[in-house]
Amino acid sequence: MVSGGDCCIMSSLTAESLNTGFLPTWCPGCGDFGIWKSLQGAFATLGIGPDDGLIVYGIGCHGNMYDWMKMYGFAGLHGRALPVAQGAKLGNHSLPVVVVSGDGDCLGEGGNHFIHAAKRNPDITVIIHDNQVYGLTTGQASPTAKPGFKTKSTPGGATDAPINPLTLALVSGATFVARGFAGDLPGLTALMVEAMNHKGFSVVDVLQPCVTFDKVHTYQWYRQRLYTLDGIGYKPDNKLIALEKATEWEDKIPIGVFYKEEKPTSEGLEPALTGEPLYKLPLDVAHWDKLLNEFV
Amino acid sequence: MKDFVTWTIGGEAGFGIMSSGTMLARTFARSGYHVFAVNDYPSLIRGGHNVVTVRIGSMVFNGVTKELDILVALNSETVERHKDELSKGAIVMFDPRDKAWTAQDLPNATLLPIPLRDIISELHADTVMRNTVCLGATVALLGAPFEALLSVIRDQFFRKGQDIVDQNDKIARSGFDYVTSHFSKVTSMHLSPGTITEKQVIVNGSEAVGLGGVRAGLKFAAIYPMTPINAIITFLADHAKDLRIVYKQPEDEIAGINMAIGASIAGVRSMVATSGGGFALMVEGLSLAGMVEAPLVIDLGMRVGPATGMPTYTEQGELLFAIHAGHGEFPRIILAPADAAEAYELTTKAFNLADRFQVPVFVLTDKYLNESQWCVPLSRFSKPVSIDRGKLILDDTGILDGAFLRYDPVPPDGVSARSVPGTKHGQYYANSFEHDGTGHMTERADKRREMVEKRLRKMKAIAKEATPPELLGDSDAELTFVTWGTTKGAVLGAMEMLQKQEKKVAVISYPWVYPFPTEATKSLLSRAKRVIDVEQNATGQLATLIRAETGIDVGEKFLKYDGRPWFPEEIVALCHL
Repeated sequence: MVSGGDCCIMSSLTAESLNTGFLPTWCPGCGDFGIWKSLQGAFATLGIGPDDGLIVYGIGCHGNMYDWMKMYGFAGLHGRALPVAQGAKLGNHSLPVVVVSGDGDCLGEGGNHFIHAAKRNPDITVIIHDNQVYGLTTGQASPTAKPGFKTKSTPGGATDAPINPLTLALVSGATFVARGFAGDLPGLTALMVEAMNHKGFSVVDVLQPCVTFDKVHTYQWYRQRLYTLDGIGYKPDNKLIALEKATEWEDKIPIGVFYKEEKPTSEGLEPALTGEPLYKLPLDVAHWDKLLNEFV
Repeated sequence: MKDFVTWTIGGEAGFGIMSSGTMLARTFARSGYHVFAVNDYPSLIRGGHNVVTVRIGSMVFNGVTKELDILVALNSETVERHKDELSKGAIVMFDPRDKAWTAQDLPNATLLPIPLRDIISELHADTVMRNTVCLGATVALLGAPFEALLSVIRDQFFRKGQDIVDQNDKIARSGFDYVTSHFSKVTSMHLSPGTITEKQVIVNGSEAVGLGGVRAGLKFAAIYPMTPINAIITFLADHAKDLRIVYKQPEDEIAGINMAIGASIAGVRSMVATSGGGFALMVEGLSLAGMVEAPLVIDLGMRVGPATGMPTYTEQGELLFAIHAGHGEFPRIILAPADAAEAYELTTKAFNLADRFQVPVFVLTDKYLNESQWCVPLSRFSKPVSIDRGKLILDDTGILDGAFLRYDPVPPDGVSARSVPGTKHGQYYANSFEHDGTGHMTERADKRREMVEKRLRKMKAIAKEATPPELLGDSDAELTFVTWGTTKGAVLGAMEMLQKQEKKVAVISYPWVYPFPTEATKSLLSRAKRVIDVEQNATGQLATLIRAETGIDVGEKFLKYDGRPWFPEEIVALCHL
């Protein structure tokens, strides 16, 4: 006999129940749609409703997602989503916290925060909208832009070496490193679910076409090159092999989980966070006189 | 018998200069004296000239004097540098092996040669422990019993084991005995008995802010190391476990303030602390806190700028910076403690104000406050503290259908109810973009006006709560000083000196700087005769603020901007009375 209210509440949560009624302002065909829908699907799968989790957004096309995503949201400053997310997670370590960021937001303006978040290993999932382009400012090169890529800020083609989000995450200490594709909803949803289930800092770099400012890296371009790591029997348990795999580009581009390891989380190592979340702890000091006596 | 003695120890960095000052201060604070210790050191870890000055009084006093009564020289450079600061009849303690100073070199001083190195080598101790010999010798010079120092030695070293306690005891006692046996006739510095019966604490300003924070329910702090606020990191990190708080060291101050905002919107009382350069990096985040209406406490410990400036010296150069920092217009509160007791009390108040008005609140401190050791009656810290979290809803807003208006623009004081992620029926967006009541982005002209007015209405509500400036001294003053922050101590010292010369003097100071208490200031200044602004900066920032807010021009300004704190004598001299 099947019974229990919890089960019914869980099952009533669908991806659609995380809509707000606001219509997306992204360009038709933008890869952001696929990421948004996959994220809603992942939350629904995990039973995380509008009051149950927090998404911290950066600034960029990706960051406009909050308006059509019904979930506690923090639309932060450009590049600063990760520190806000870490503070919130330390404030309430039972709260699912996801960062929605972009390649410019996370790896340009917020590059230092990304490295340090990875080394701390907070139980946060960061989803990077990776399209090599600053869309919201109408088409300049992002930190992941490949050499030769022509944009408004690189009319002769990008000259700087690109940042590889996966290798940077790996060497910085991220404990879950994956790459997905915005044109593959079921695959991306599954990746996000796995990332959110991972206890620790999980990075999902999502390849997405910018249909307005990038005529090269189209859905078609990606589909011709992508293959899944699952499909080749890859095991994500070796950092050096993961690094090698993460540098594959051009003709063949792998997606899936590159690396995964269990490590204590930032919150798990805090002596104050062994029980109730920080925001629920009593505010009075139990042994005030004893504390003062240290200063006599 | 003397009521007050100013003692200075100087030597190379790494010679235990700083800890000597604290130990001497504690020794006399435990024996019924009022004490104060201030340091002067360059931005170096080893080498360089370090100085700690301790003033000891049998009764309460304000500020330190410029003149030194006892100079303890751990090298000859100390005598060279400070011989012009000696009071008449001052005692100079030195090791003749550094330099055999003579009466010709120091005509107004009493020489106290002590073979520090010989004593140390006889006891098979390290030369770095000469400071401990001097501590024992000082206690004898001041006519106090050795036991007073011994209790401090025990508490200072008990964690390191009985051997270390015994060794320090023996070394300090050798200094004490040397003075009692060789200089028994030198009694000029004997202190009259301490008159303070109440138990005292010795804290620096950073610790006082930390104590105020945890007393008020601080649970999260993200602080990047920076002189002069490092002691708050030590305090919070050391007590993280027993007080159940989280101290996180961020990668930079930008991350620090954003982490603190994140913790704040999660429902946690949180703070940051920094100095001017670090605060410059936080300015973007300050504006974010203003926009998402996150309660936040910022301890801004000023030091000498611009840029890296003189990192270990003091200044009050960031009053107008704190008032104007941040892109866009949003409310804030600025409190400016004058001493450690106020630093504690104003910090507890800051957390309540931050929660009630959902704004950033500054505790504006400086190097002199943060790194000096202050003596405060224990009772100032024991008073009950009430905690007011304002319109915070943790469990359930009770408002169904996603209609919870986190940024409800209607309340007359501009303060709307807030939920935290996880609060049932409380879903909203903390949004750095302009937003409507639920936090959704809007760029509509009417909504924009509504939200700007909502936020700025708080300023009026806050202003009603402002503490008026403090007026001390004579009601019929011929001379009125206006000042703020730690400069108040020296100004009070100057007032006392002038009053001894039968002058009528008053002091106006501002523990609450912003929103500026305009009406109270107008009323006080319109009655005053000669008004002098005294500040630790080069442009007279308080005077500028007073003029901007009241139209009153405080024409006469005493400004000091060499990184060294004001001394009462300097202020008196400048008055030309």
